[in-house]
Amino acid sequence: MTPTLDAYVLLSAALFAIGFLGVVVRRNTLVIYMCLELMLVAATLALVAFSRFNGTEDGDVFVFFILTVAAAEVAVGLAIIVALFRARHTVQVDRLDSLRH
Amino acid sequence: MNQIAFVSLSALTLASALCVVLSKNAVNGAMCLLLCLAGIAGLFVQLHAYFLAFILVWVYAGAVVMLFLFIIMLLDMQGGQPWRFRPLQALSGFVAAALLVTGLDLLAVRGRLASGPPVGHGVGSTLKLYAYQLFTTYLLPVQVMGFLLLIAMLGVIVISRRTGEAEGSK
Repeated sequence: MTPTLDAYVLLSAALFAIGFLGVVVRRNTLVIYMCLELMLVAATLALVAFSRFNGTEDGDVFVFFILTVAAAEVAVGLAIIVALFRARHTVQVDRLDSLRH
Repeated sequence: MNQIAFVSLSALTLASALCVVLSKNAVNGAMCLLLCLAGIAGLFVQLHAYFLAFILVWVYAGAVVMLFLFIIMLLDMQGGQPWRFRPLQALSGFVAAALLVTGLDLLAVRGRLASGPPVGHGVGSTLKLYAYQLFTTYLLPVQVMGFLLLIAMLGVIVISRRTGEAEGSK
């Protein structure tokens, strides 16, 4: 017996929800970034499952693009975090509140 | 057999994802992220997407998590940051996450998703077709991705140079 598409989609939704929870709850910029990556990976899992269960290749191709974008995003984001740390000497979101009204 | 592998892999993935969210130490979080990605790669293998499992381990576990660990240690955060619990944020996060999961659960229960057995061969056995599609139908996105990587590289160089100059002028 093989797991159904529903199981995969539910698993991916749960992973996405956990990542979202981390983004909302955590205050450390690097941990928030890791949770963002978690959300991206959850989306790729759903795409691969849909593509497998529908017999098409398009979802798998999109996963390839998502991985590329994630790599570029991590490089730029971590460079920004390092620049921010050099300027403000903190990575806690609470202390980075210059734009707060 | 498949079912047992799926359940154990998804339990591993979810548990390590929760560990990423709940860990006080950022290094532990990165290690749990690594474990989570290993679970996802196993699920990709279950879905016959062998190439994507390989790419996931290569790019994510090999490059992204290593970069995270490098930055964590560069910023000297292994001492652990105080993790303060904020009721409002935790509540809103839980409510939004629960809404998301129940919405998709309803969608699945009402049978809007195709619940038949998997069709086709999966990407593993038709890697030739995958590459063919990548270089015919999706040729323009591939080119755009190349430009995106180039721009990201230039952006990283510019960002790091600017802070270097600011530090030098102090």
